[in-house]
Amino acid sequence: MLGSIGLKRLIGLAVAGLMAALAATAHAGSEWVTEGSRAEGLDSCVIDDTEKMRRNHMDYLVHQRDDVVRRGGRGSQYKLAECVNCHTAEDAAGHAIPIDDEGQFCASCHNYMAVNVNCFQCHRKVPEEE
Amino acid sequence: MSNQTEQPDLERRGFIGKTVLAAGAAVVAPGVLVSVAGAGAKTDGADPGKRYGLLIDTNKCAEGCTACVTACNEEHGIDLMQKPEGLDEAQWQQQKPQWIRKVKLQDNLTGRVTNLPLMCQHCEFPPCVDVCPTGASFKRADGIVMVDRHTCIGCRYCMMACPYKARSFIHQEVEHQTVSAPRGKGCVESCNLCAYRLDYGADNTACAEACAAQGHNAILFGDLNDPNSELAQALSSAASRQIRGDLELNTGVRYTNV
Repeated sequence: MLGSIGLKRLIGLAVAGLMAALAATAHAGSEWVTEGSRAEGLDSCVIDDTEKMRRNHMDYLVHQRDDVVRRGGRGSQYKLAECVNCHTAEDAAGHAIPIDDEGQFCASCHNYMAVNVNCFQCHRKVPEEE
Repeated sequence: MSNQTEQPDLERRGFIGKTVLAAGAAVVAPGVLVSVAGAGAKTDGADPGKRYGLLIDTNKCAEGCTACVTACNEEHGIDLMQKPEGLDEAQWQQQKPQWIRKVKLQDNLTGRVTNLPLMCQHCEFPPCVDVCPTGASFKRADGIVMVDRHTCIGCRYCMMACPYKARSFIHQEVEHQTVSAPRGKGCVESCNLCAYRLDYGADNTACAEACAAQGHNAILFGDLNDPNSELAQALSSAASRQIRGDLELNTGVRYTNV
């Protein structure tokens, strides 16, 4: 009898621990930006809802690229260059690290999800010096 | 058959979308435009009423001066490119992108020498657009002929079709680009009359600016459709010609004293 109570407690503890761990992961996930990038100090992405950007960034960029290149409309609030400006980190020497490098903002998710991102075969990977 | 029934009714969706849009538009007070434009950027796109072009006075184009070429290279990040390993220098000089070429012509009969910069001529009926199998080569509403690299497959038909040898192909992976001129292996590119500069409100191209800075003023940029523009005035007052005018492409780049 005693043994079974002990087991229940143990399972209870394990479940509680698991929940805590899950909550922590979810929290870390929602806060994830590259350390040392400009985005780290901001509350949200260019649109108010960071979650929305996280889910739809590819749609925004694909829609917008046709608008910019084909139509010559430059007013979009979603700019790949702005993603790069905000989300690149700097190395010890103060040089910007390419955003698609291993472990950097784009690569960290895309490598994990095995979604090949080929924007940066052509587009600039580091912020442009003013 | 089953395929068809599994498709959602797209027309109905479109109708609902339009209805919602119309309702939204009605809520916003009439005459009020909601805009999220960046500073100075054109939101409404290229103006179909315009047709951009250049007038090049070859008499003013100095021999040995390459200011326009240098300015173009800097503007579009061509100078950031490096010779790929294993390629010899002569090959690299032939392969590397060139949006403007300085051309020297000599009349063998009289010995008269003419210098001129040659770039994409921004034809009204561009052969490069005719032959492009993917629609990557296109003409913007304001007459600028350019390549959409997102759809370019690098077949180089346009390079074959262009009578002016205006296009370049990128043979190697590119490490450094500018924000305004993306560039990568396997795409064709050419002069775009500094399209993004115009989109952000500039009224001149890099080459014309550089030429003026040198004091030559051989390149004049403007709107061919606007009778009051400096370009149209100059065209109406002096004889000019299109290179290979016999092809009837109605080029946007014109030359005087050729």
